[in-house]
Amino acid sequence: MAAVRCRALSKCFVQGEQVITGLDDVSLDIAEGEFVGLCGPSGSGKTTLLNALGGLDTPDSGEIEIGDLRVDLLGKGALAEMRLHRIGFVFQAYNLIPVLSARENIEFVMQVQGVPAQERKARSLAILEEVGLADHEDRLPAQLSGGQQQRVAVARAIVSQPTLVLADEPTANLDSHSADQLMDLFGVLNRERGITFVIATHDARVMAYCRRLVRLLDGKIVSDERQPGQGQTAA
Amino acid sequence: MRSLGTQFTIATTLAWRNLWRNHRRTLVMLAAIVVGVWAMILFGALMRGMLDEMVRGGLNSLPGEVQIHNPQYRDDPSIENSMAPPAGELLASLDRAPITAWTARIKVPGMLASERDNRGLMLLGVDPAGEVALGFDPKDIVEGRFLESASDRGIVIGRRMAERLETELGKRVVVMSQDLNNEVADRGVRVVGIFRARLQADEESRAWLGRDAMQELLGAGDAVSEIAVTGNDYKAVDDWWQGLAESAGPELETLPWQQLQPFLDSMFRAQGSVNAVLTVIIFLALSFGLVNTLVMAVFERVREIGLMMALGMKPASVMYQVLLESLYLLALGLIIGNVLAVATLWPMRNGIDISVVGEGLEMAGMGSTLYPVLAWQDMLGSTLIVLILGLLASLLPAWRASRLDPVQALTRN
Repeated sequence: MAAVRCRALSKCFVQGEQVITGLDDVSLDIAEGEFVGLCGPSGSGKTTLLNALGGLDTPDSGEIEIGDLRVDLLGKGALAEMRLHRIGFVFQAYNLIPVLSARENIEFVMQVQGVPAQERKARSLAILEEVGLADHEDRLPAQLSGGQQQRVAVARAIVSQPTLVLADEPTANLDSHSADQLMDLFGVLNRERGITFVIATHDARVMAYCRRLVRLLDGKIVSDERQPGQGQTAA
Repeated sequence: MRSLGTQFTIATTLAWRNLWRNHRRTLVMLAAIVVGVWAMILFGALMRGMLDEMVRGGLNSLPGEVQIHNPQYRDDPSIENSMAPPAGELLASLDRAPITAWTARIKVPGMLASERDNRGLMLLGVDPAGEVALGFDPKDIVEGRFLESASDRGIVIGRRMAERLETELGKRVVVMSQDLNNEVADRGVRVVGIFRARLQADEESRAWLGRDAMQELLGAGDAVSEIAVTGNDYKAVDDWWQGLAESAGPELETLPWQQLQPFLDSMFRAQGSVNAVLTVIIFLALSFGLVNTLVMAVFERVREIGLMMALGMKPASVMYQVLLESLYLLALGLIIGNVLAVATLWPMRNGIDISVVGEGLEMAGMGSTLYPVLAWQDMLGSTLIVLILGLLASLLPAWRASRLDPVQALTRN
């Protein structure tokens, strides 16, 4: 089964009197376990596509399937449920909750899911160790570096065992060392857990990690290429 | 199914920590709620104490929470409209709990004359022991003594009446009224005591004589004008007065103080409404501050709320989250406000001297000491009003937070 399947997606934005095309007849299939990069210049539609796939934004027309779910037909509540259980998000600006510690930020999604306290704690500590932040569980986001915060955000995204992780410019605020560490982490999670990754980026280092690169321009897919040799893909 | 307990844990943790992200703003709002709650309870206790004083003052001016009369007596309180002393079932009822004391008295309009002046007043022919049991305080006799028995042939007059008649202890005055045959009945009696009253008006509107002496003067045999009854708690009178009325039978009129003094009753009933209205007014003013606090809190956290929604938190949970923050603030303010109010009222439990303004308040039936009454109903009432209004005021910012679009919220700087 395809992890992501979308057909004829279109989305326009109105800014004053100007109509901007976000997505223009985009169709895309992503198999389970793929490691896909969405690339293109600013305004090409990467984030719009990512938001539509994640149920954060609704397309004007077209169909989206995440696994067996028709995302474009879901209401707000059902979309929230889908994001909670099936999708992990990693954002450019880390977006951690500042009043919660690293562990509590990771536990947040599990708490909303209703996972019991003991299990939450065990899973969050295990995932903190996996992302190399075992000693940082009680630190608040403000006490962590950018790279560490992004790793906590990744831990939060995968702790609820989603089938799909959508990452929007995850390395944009990181130095090259931290960016490499993050991409290595993504690669490990993709290989060992079979998680499908879709990463919107215009960072050449990230593109180099991606097994498949989908290029967008003015809301259209202009190329869809598989890159040999990286070996991160679990599919 | 998602565990409610788990949801509650995250919501409470976030609500509490978010509340203290901006210490200063939270503390200012908290102080406003505390002062508002404190003021509401304090004011309520003072008002209730004042009203209590007024009701007690009113009842003390004519002791007896329930009175039994001849049905015509209240229209024409002459000796003609008297009744037989209690007997049989009525007497048995009067001697049963919750009634704690009763007395039968003659009470007729009359005149008191000295060699200098004369005044109209109510002549009370009483059994002094019964009056004391009913609430008359012998310490209110400021000169001389109170009556010694129902057959005492002296008279006890008020301080003001003594001034009006320009008479004094030990002097003789003439008591005058109408007897059963509508003839003028008069007798010279000696002033054996002078009493003070909480209300100066009472000091010149009545005089105490022995019941036997009055019955003899009026040729009334053993008839009495009224039976006054108490259960020692005027608020509980509704529990028993109707039973007593049944024992008295339809040929007698049995009435509780609320019907005997409807003005006091209406004030008593208005108390709760006055407190509620004041509480609402005070808190309506406070709620603007509360709304502002929450709107700012939401505005500052738009991105965070968008994130929580993007991660799968439902709009209803976001709304609950903001309301919980408000609830924490309100609960904290209510607890501190209530404790502070109790702490303020505790040293006042033995009364506040208001003699400086005593004369003005006397018009309203109050004495010179105000005893604040802290009623749990007032505390509960103001707590509920603050909670309900506070949460209602919080609905708008909470609703706005829940309507945020995650994509737009996440891009907000």
